[in-house]
Amino acid sequence: MKKEILLGNEAIVQGALEAGVQFVSTYPGTPSSEIGNVFSQIAKRPNGYPGVYFEFSTNEKVALEAAIGASFSGLKCLVAMKDFGLNVCSDSLIPLLYTGTKGPMVIIVGDDPSCWSSAQSEQNTRPFAYLAHIPILEPSDPQEAKDFTKLAFEISDRFDLPIMLRTTTRVAHQRMPVELDQTPKTKNQNLTGEFIKDKKRFVTLPPRVLEMKAELLEKIEEVRNFAEKSKENKIIEKSKAKIGIITSGVSYLYVMEALKELKLDLPVLKLAFFYPLLERKIKSFIKNKKKILVVEELEGFLEKEILGLAKELNCRLEIYGKNLLSVIGELNQTKVALAIAKLTGKKLKIENSLEIENWKLKIPARFPRFCAGCPHAFVIAAIKKAAPENTIFGGDIGCYMLAGMPQYNLQDYLFSMGSSIGIGHGIKKSTNQKIIALIGDSTFFHAGIPALINTVFNKSNPLIIVMDNRTTAMTGHQPHPGIGKTGMGEKTTEIKIEDIVSACGVKNIKVIDPINQKELENTIKEFLNKDEVSVIVARRICVIAAKKNAKENE
Amino acid sequence: MSNFNMIISGVGGQGLITLTQIIAEAAKAEGVEIKTSELHGLSQRGGSVETHIRFGEKVWSPLVAGGTADLILSLEIQEALKVFSYSSKNTVFLVNRKYIPFENGLSEQEVEKKINELVKGEKHLVAASDICQKELQAEVVSGIYLLGYAVFKKLIPLKSKSMLKGIKEIIPQKYLELNKKAFELAKKNG
Repeated sequence: MKKEILLGNEAIVQGALEAGVQFVSTYPGTPSSEIGNVFSQIAKRPNGYPGVYFEFSTNEKVALEAAIGASFSGLKCLVAMKDFGLNVCSDSLIPLLYTGTKGPMVIIVGDDPSCWSSAQSEQNTRPFAYLAHIPILEPSDPQEAKDFTKLAFEISDRFDLPIMLRTTTRVAHQRMPVELDQTPKTKNQNLTGEFIKDKKRFVTLPPRVLEMKAELLEKIEEVRNFAEKSKENKIIEKSKAKIGIITSGVSYLYVMEALKELKLDLPVLKLAFFYPLLERKIKSFIKNKKKILVVEELEGFLEKEILGLAKELNCRLEIYGKNLLSVIGELNQTKVALAIAKLTGKKLKIENSLEIENWKLKIPARFPRFCAGCPHAFVIAAIKKAAPENTIFGGDIGCYMLAGMPQYNLQDYLFSMGSSIGIGHGIKKSTNQKIIALIGDSTFFHAGIPALINTVFNKSNPLIIVMDNRTTAMTGHQPHPGIGKTGMGEKTTEIKIEDIVSACGVKNIKVIDPINQKELENTIKEFLNKDEVSVIVARRICVIAAKKNAKENE
Repeated sequence: MSNFNMIISGVGGQGLITLTQIIAEAAKAEGVEIKTSELHGLSQRGGSVETHIRFGEKVWSPLVAGGTADLILSLEIQEALKVFSYSSKNTVFLVNRKYIPFENGLSEQEVEKKINELVKGEKHLVAASDICQKELQAEVVSGIYLLGYAVFKKLIPLKSKSMLKGIKEIIPQKYLELNKKAFELAKKNG
């Protein structure tokens, strides 16, 4: 079979194509962004790959809802987002499990242990399974990322439920040769479905909604039975050792590497499914063991489940996990080897790396910075000059988070998408202090608009600066509603930020090219003294996006 | 063959991922297992970046463990220090003599002094950026030059032919000749 080196995210795309995906929607976010980028190329109109519809949606909630509509019309759907995106779309995710899908749907969610590319929190998405009853598959490498994507489509098709594929940074951004099927099924496929009215199925009103819940719980038991038999769960049991390891996702790779390093042959149960829990499989693995080490990143949800199962079995099993492995930060083979060595009493020689780890801190850190010519840097420079001391600076999600770096120091709070305005409003209502809320163009469309409306509706007066660099820069320059181009490269209505701001009832609005420093400074000074909310749209294209555009137009 | 562990370090935007992809293709061409790991997103914007490459008979983890790198290839001199924890006394350092300063960073002299103090094993400080700028008017290919250097000096157990295949696979047609030239230039200079 032909093999090609693929990034985890590219392998997911390949798996979806091989499964015959028809409808793909996403909002970009590291570590899942490349999924959208690749589909954006594949689905390019008019000359591109026929048979796949693709869109960059305005936010993750809308992306999921678009896919729900397509699924209800019978199409095969994929939705991709980063972990925080799942929080945004959870309001529609939970009822989706109640209605179930019609066309199959796979939802890709990328967690980022160690927060390599994430502000806001080190999220472990797994407990969404408990909240929404959504089955979760966890691949460990690009080959599994492809295989599990196909398996997820199969399960979704069979049980009419959306299936989540949870990746982490080290899976999504891992490369290895992946086996390819020569003929993706998407070639020339029909993209026209039909919505057949069925209130019993698609309307979640009580009392029907409670029946739906009962049906969902039944389906989950069926999925559990199916999953128990899946070949993607692996048991590696060459020895009769009484110490066993249970793991899943990328942690499995660290376990195998650590065992190799330690020259140990311990039994390993590798779970493909986080939810529903494979109770039979786990029970049969643990019943004749004395000690079990659960190797999982972040919070020990699997460990808690296994503790419960051990109690049911009433066996005198010792369970280890988070007492040997941290809840914070990603794992690696060294951390896992240390835990296994501790448990087995095996000596581990670690070549001076841990001591040097501390030494590393003595090397000054090179923080990321604004690119040469970055329009954000001009906005920051003007703010520095114009804003009086004690002005509060609200940060938001995008490249302009760099304003918080020591050399600029213009970020006094930072939360989730759109929150610079929402929180800014609350501070304004509670204090007499001046506040500047920064927000990017894509972030403004994503979640800034309701917060802006709230400042007008409830009469507060922050100064909002929309850092409009004409792209979604941080995640790799994806288009958004203000660009006039869709994710498939088609022309579309260009939605002007200043028109939205004006329609929200804001009276103080100015669009300024931040290169005009004096004008920007004067406007900041003027607007900071207004009694009503004011908005500056600082518009200048991102330097990298400009280069990319020039290349495309060559 | 036991696994070969390699770290590439540098500053975001220097083309680390391209080099990583080329080496992965070269290893694949030689029929060994290969895994790499990299980071995307904001960290790319001019900050410290590193990629991990492992190839050999059986590779599980995509990450190089601390103290186990066989080769550290750094595209910038301070960034070689930044990944020092991956090295042992057996690690070979191949470092571009290129200094990209930043606020509160060390001076070029301090960095070189530290490298000489700390790196006990084999080290190669090569002015790849200067050479590529002078001979090819293209500093951008200095990473490829270093890759050529690593192959011809046998610092990496992959054949020149495989690496060229990797270059062909990854580099766009338009820039292929320039990149091949940079690769061969390392042989000529070596």
